[in-house]
Amino acid sequence: MRFRLNGIAREHTGPSEMPLLWYVRDLAGLTGTKFGCGLGLCGACTVHVEGTAMRSCQLPMSAVEGQSVTTIEGLSAAGDHAVQRAWREHGVAQCGYCQSGQIMQAAALIAETPKPTDADIDAAMSGNICRCGTYARIRAAIKAASAAGVEA
Amino acid sequence: MKAETFDRIDNISRRGLLGAGGAFVLAMGLPRAALAEAAEQPKYGADGQSGGWRDDPTLFVAIGEDGTVTITCHRAEMGQGIRTSLAMVIADELEADWSRVRIEQAVGDEARYGNQNTDGSRSMRHLFTPLRRCGAAARTMLEAAAAKRWGVSVGEVAANLHEVVHHPSGRRLGYGALAKDAAALAVPDRSTVTLKAPAAFRYIGRDVASADGVAMTTGRAGYGIDARLPDMLYAVIARPPVYGGKVKSVDKAAALAVPGVVRIVDLPAPTLPSVFQPLGGIAVLAANTWAAIKGREALTIAWDDGPNAAYDSDVYRAELERAARAPGQISRSDGDAEAALGKAARRIEAEYYIPHLAQAPMEPPMALARTGADRCEAWACTQDPQAARDLIAEALKIPVADVTIHQTLLGGGFGRKSKPDYVLEAALLSRATGGKPVKVVWTREDDLHHSYFHTVSVERLEGGLDAAGRTVAWRHRSAAPSIGSIFGPDPKHQLPFEQGMGLRNVAFAVPDFRAETCAATAHTRIGWFRSVSNIPHAFAAQSFVAELAAAAGRDPKDYLLALIGPDRTIDPRAMGDTTNYGEDPARYPVDTARLKAVINAAARGIGWGRTLPPGRGLGIAAHYSFVSYTACAIEVAVTDGQLTVERADIAVDCGPQVNPDRIRSQMEGSVVMGISLATLGEITFKEGRVQQDNFDGYALTRIDAAPKITEVHLVGGGNWNAPPGGIGEPGLPPVAPALCNAIYAATGKRIRSLPINDQIQN
Repeated sequence: MRFRLNGIAREHTGPSEMPLLWYVRDLAGLTGTKFGCGLGLCGACTVHVEGTAMRSCQLPMSAVEGQSVTTIEGLSAAGDHAVQRAWREHGVAQCGYCQSGQIMQAAALIAETPKPTDADIDAAMSGNICRCGTYARIRAAIKAASAAGVEA
Repeated sequence: MKAETFDRIDNISRRGLLGAGGAFVLAMGLPRAALAEAAEQPKYGADGQSGGWRDDPTLFVAIGEDGTVTITCHRAEMGQGIRTSLAMVIADELEADWSRVRIEQAVGDEARYGNQNTDGSRSMRHLFTPLRRCGAAARTMLEAAAAKRWGVSVGEVAANLHEVVHHPSGRRLGYGALAKDAAALAVPDRSTVTLKAPAAFRYIGRDVASADGVAMTTGRAGYGIDARLPDMLYAVIARPPVYGGKVKSVDKAAALAVPGVVRIVDLPAPTLPSVFQPLGGIAVLAANTWAAIKGREALTIAWDDGPNAAYDSDVYRAELERAARAPGQISRSDGDAEAALGKAARRIEAEYYIPHLAQAPMEPPMALARTGADRCEAWACTQDPQAARDLIAEALKIPVADVTIHQTLLGGGFGRKSKPDYVLEAALLSRATGGKPVKVVWTREDDLHHSYFHTVSVERLEGGLDAAGRTVAWRHRSAAPSIGSIFGPDPKHQLPFEQGMGLRNVAFAVPDFRAETCAATAHTRIGWFRSVSNIPHAFAAQSFVAELAAAAGRDPKDYLLALIGPDRTIDPRAMGDTTNYGEDPARYPVDTARLKAVINAAARGIGWGRTLPPGRGLGIAAHYSFVSYTACAIEVAVTDGQLTVERADIAVDCGPQVNPDRIRSQMEGSVVMGISLATLGEITFKEGRVQQDNFDGYALTRIDAAPKITEVHLVGGGNWNAPPGGIGEPGLPPVAPALCNAIYAATGKRIRSLPINDQIQN
């Protein structure tokens, strides 16, 4: 399977049913994408596939053939995507573990819906669990990033 | 007395890991003379912790010739911001420029760093003063080095923001230029070190952004699951589904045929109680995590379920109810509660049920280890690296000094990662492979099936009201399996440290007060869950206060304040509490004025007393825990049986507020976790097995069910000599009762059994 990972051409010759999550983490060594549940229930493993937020634990390698995959490491070159900046300005992260997935989900939301309402945020973000309970700051940071304007 | 405290258990569990049962019995049965001796010279606070504390700057501060200040953090970062906050304390006293400070994580080594067990909301409480002295000592050394260099009196120089200035001449030298000379000086005696005046604080008391903020938003932060070594294998383990079970037979053929699977290792089952020992089972080692998971799925295992095969949560609940309906062991008895209840004008009774919970940190337990013939090196998301070290050394029969534990960031801990069973799994598997690095990955199913679970309890409350509606009698019976059951023979009653979590140390002005523990046998691993026994005790007591208020026809907030009574400080021992979170009862008495102040702050915040539309309600609850004071007020809307948390106001008084933004974030998170456990959280057992497998069965609160508005009110503070309180845990206990009190106010429905689930729809 050939695909692009953070802009770099990759080829996977292993099992086609291996979830993208484990390819990204174990084989490509990009550990920013997290494992949380393995069933698409928590959002910790969220990446972008052709710009759309997807759960990498539910995506077999066969599904990314020819696709362009972006992980948290590839969201911005300098870590300064508006969502990343807003996350830091609002001190969102506590343990930080789920935040790669939260940020990828939020970045996709804002790319699609530049001015999300609270209902939009609930709909887009309720698949991402934060056990530390940072939801109030996630909501505030999304609104701030939205106000700052984001290029997709 | 001392032998039964929380810290004592902690220490015993470390020293006698394999023979812990014996050690525990020994400690519980210490001769009276030994107890009296211990009581004569009690050790409190950090002094009472294994390894104690250090304030030596050579352990925690290094200054490079380029001026970079490296501060070593010896506590686990799990979301509470401790890497930032402890470093702030040192950097402030050091007069360091925060932008030139970097933070390095210590390895587990309590002989060197002092206690490292990040648990019990203790880090800032125990380290604020020692680390202030540490920073101040380093500053003193830099000043002395500059004075010597210039040949002037040390009184003429002063450190100021990363340089030392000679005021008469205006000369200045940066910390980098002074580092070498300063390092050659002796560390000054702590009695000679002068702390900064609080008015001169640069960082302490201010909102300082997390030192890990950039790493955590760019995917570069390193957690246990992220540890990697060349040629490492990934392991997934099939553990006995019932606590105390073992493998009867296994067919490995299909698993070995899975591409990527390298080998399969049998792990022995522990003897019970298992303390921190791994549960045993069959480990599948593979070239990547996916192959290991597939390999485990291909195993065919027959289990011998052992002594807990019949554990059934429905049956057990009935047992706990029976226990709580009969007299138990006295935890505290003031006056004669039985007689007072008998002659009260009205007698109110209520039973509350709080199920098992799993901590479910977003990062399940994870560890990587490389075990050589005579040494072991491990990387793990552990709250207690020294416990992991001791455990491994004992199991591998190698000296503790030859075990190195690198502490990664923790993707949440909440008490689960205080138990290092998973770190030893990695060490054992690495040894079994002849020294290959092995990373043990726990799936979510593993985490939920094999936690050290929060206890399960029935809390029975009885109150007597006089003719005026005042509470004149209080009896609280608590039936819950004890954490002590994992360390030794099951005590069947909550230990003093558990009773001191809101069962007996309840600051109510009720003359006839009785608290009892009722027998409960553990059938699974019981462990610490953020705020521990405060969860059931506070849920019951603070719900019951609102029930009494309703019976008396009084406002629940006013009733709670009246029950607490006049301003006074209470020696915890006067309430039967011999533990007080390990703190000196003279330095940390329970202060009712502080408890009332947080109640008033939360009530003001939410606009207590305002008129609400139908279907809305306000609830309030307060609790003393981890020597801090917390109150939560919640507004709910219930529409067609659907619950919405409109607003939460949480107020906390933890004494000195080192990093207010991180205190606020802990409170915000506690509100969400409290709502989560109140509305959704439940682990149940059938035939000894946990019935919840993942986040579908064990649901957690998501953003759409979080409060629309959360306001944190920081109360007290400003007195930097006041004894510090805890912050990681105290936010949690009042949330569930505040929520259920609000639901009652909105609907008239009293929730006595958690989780709420769909109870308000019926």
